[in-house]
Amino acid sequence: MNVYAIRAIYTAELGRTWRTLFQSIASPVLSTALYFVVFGSAIGSRMQAIDGVSYGAFIVPGLILLTVLTESVSNASFGIYLPRFTGQIYELLSAPVSAVEVIAGFVGAAATKSVILGLIICATARLFVPFEIVHPVLALLYLVLISATFALFGFILGLWADGFEKLQIIPLMVISPLTFLGGTFYSIDMLPGVWRQVALFNPIVYLIEGFRWAFYGISTLAPLISLALTFGMLVLCSAVVVWIFKTGYRLRT
Amino acid sequence: MTTILAIERLNKTYDNGFVALKGVDLSISSGEIFALLGPNGAGKTTLIGIVCGLVRASSGKVTVDGNDIAIDYRKARQTIGLVPQELSTNQFETVMDALRFSRGLFGKAPDPGHLERILRDLSLWDKKDERIGALSGGMKRRVLIGKALAHEPRILFLDEPTAGVDVELRRDMWEMVRRLREQGVTIILTTHYIEEAEDMADRIGVIDQGELMLVEEKRALMRRLGQVHVTIGLTQKLDAPPENLSGAKLDLSPDGMTLSFTQKGQDCDAALAALLKTLVTEGIEFRSVNSERSSLEDIFIDLVGRRR
Repeated sequence: MNVYAIRAIYTAELGRTWRTLFQSIASPVLSTALYFVVFGSAIGSRMQAIDGVSYGAFIVPGLILLTVLTESVSNASFGIYLPRFTGQIYELLSAPVSAVEVIAGFVGAAATKSVILGLIICATARLFVPFEIVHPVLALLYLVLISATFALFGFILGLWADGFEKLQIIPLMVISPLTFLGGTFYSIDMLPGVWRQVALFNPIVYLIEGFRWAFYGISTLAPLISLALTFGMLVLCSAVVVWIFKTGYRLRT
Repeated sequence: MTTILAIERLNKTYDNGFVALKGVDLSISSGEIFALLGPNGAGKTTLIGIVCGLVRASSGKVTVDGNDIAIDYRKARQTIGLVPQELSTNQFETVMDALRFSRGLFGKAPDPGHLERILRDLSLWDKKDERIGALSGGMKRRVLIGKALAHEPRILFLDEPTAGVDVELRRDMWEMVRRLREQGVTIILTTHYIEEAEDMADRIGVIDQGELMLVEEKRALMRRLGQVHVTIGLTQKLDAPPENLSGAKLDLSPDGMTLSFTQKGQDCDAALAALLKTLVTEGIEFRSVNSERSSLEDIFIDLVGRRR
C-alpha cells in the first residue's frame, strides 16, 4: 500500500479547498442559511409540527444532505476531471499507485470536505432553530457514508465527463431536483397516494428519511432499508471505479 | 553494463486502427544517454508512454530493472521519472508543493533536503513559494523536470525537453543531464534538435512509422554513415586532376582552381592527411583546405528520406 501517495493526493485535494475557501465553504453555508431564514424561521413558524418535530427542525437533515450530496459529487468529479483536462493526469498514470489508493485520496478528500460542510451547516441551522439529535454518532456515521458514496459517484462522473458541461449537469439537473423532491421540505406521507408511490423510486428519499431518523428517531420508512440502499450504492460505485481502472477506460489509450 | 530497460516485440495499435509501434525491440544499459530520433508521428511518444504506464501495449513485454511493467508495476514505475512534452502543471500550486506531491505520489518519504537540492540545481530555489501559474514557460518546464526527479528515479525520460526553450535554458538543461548521468541516472530522450542528440547521446535510435530502424552507438553510426567532403583551393590552375593520389577520386572544378573529394565510411582524417602529403611531394601548392563533416542530421534525413 502506497500510503505516501494517498496522503499526497488527499493533501493536494484538500489544498484546493483551502485555496478556494470562499467558494468551497462559504457559499454553501450562505445558501443554506438563506433556506433557514425563508423556510425555517419565516414560513416554518406558520407550519404545524410533523410527527412531533417542529417544521424548522424537520427540514434540517434534508438541507444538510442537499448541500452534502451536490458538493460531494461536484468536488470529487472536478478533482479528477481537472487533471484530465489539463493533462496533469500523466503523473497519476505513471505513478506506482493502485486504483484503491487513487480513490482513497480523491474520494477521501471530497468526502472529508462534505462532512466538514455538513457539520458547519448543522451548526449554522442550530443558530436558527432549536433541535436535539437523538442518535448523534449514527448521524455522523451516516453522514460519512453518504459523503463517501456520493464522492465516489462524483469520481465516476469526473472520469466519464468529456467537458465541463457534463460535469455540472448531474449535480444541477439530477441530484439537486431529486433532493428537493426527496422529502427535504416534507414527509412523503404528506403526498397523495400515487405521488407517494412515485417518490419511492427516488433513491434520495431513502437517504433523507434515514438521516432524519438518526436525527429525530422518526421515519416513514425502515431506517435499515435506507442503510442497505446506501451501502448498495457504495458497493456499486466501487465496482464501477475498479472496472474503470482495470480497463483503463477514459484513462489509458 | 547491466540492462536497465528491456523492450521486446512491442506492438501498439490504437482503437482507431492506427499502428503506432511494430515489433519494437530495444535494450538500454544502465547509465547511458539514449536519444530517440524520428519524425512527428513516428511512435516516439507512444513508446515512452507504454514504458511509463500512460499507454497500454497491444502486445510485447517491457521490463524495467527486471520488473515487468504489467505485473510488478509498482517497482517498475518507482524507477522511472517522466518529463512530458506538454507543459501540464497545476497552475495554482506552489513550486515546492508540486515537488512534494510528486515525491509522495511515487511512494517516497518526505525529504526536504533532496527537494531543495533539485530546486537549486534547476535555479528554482528562489521561486519555491511561487504559484506555478506565475512562472514563465521555461520555468514551468524546469518545474516538470523537478517533479520528475523528486522521487530519485534511476531512469529519466525526457520527451522533447527543449522544444520551445531558449538557448540559455537549453544549455542549462543539458548541463543538468550530464550531471544526472554522472550520478548514474539513465536518460532516454526524444528531440527534434538533432545536433543535441549528436552532442549528448551515447547511443542513437531512429524510429519511423512505428519501426525502430537502427540503434547504434553514436560514434560508430557517424563513422559508418558519415562522410567528409574536402575542398582544396589551389594557387595555380591545373588542367586535369592529378591521378592516383592516395586512391581518392579527386574532382577538379571547371576553373581548375579547386580540388575536391568525398570520403565515406573509414577514417576520413587519415585519408585527408595522406592526400595533403602527396600534394606537397608532387609540388602542387594550395592556399586553403576546407573539410565538411556530415552531421547526424544528414544521416537522419538520408535514412528516413529513403523510406518516403
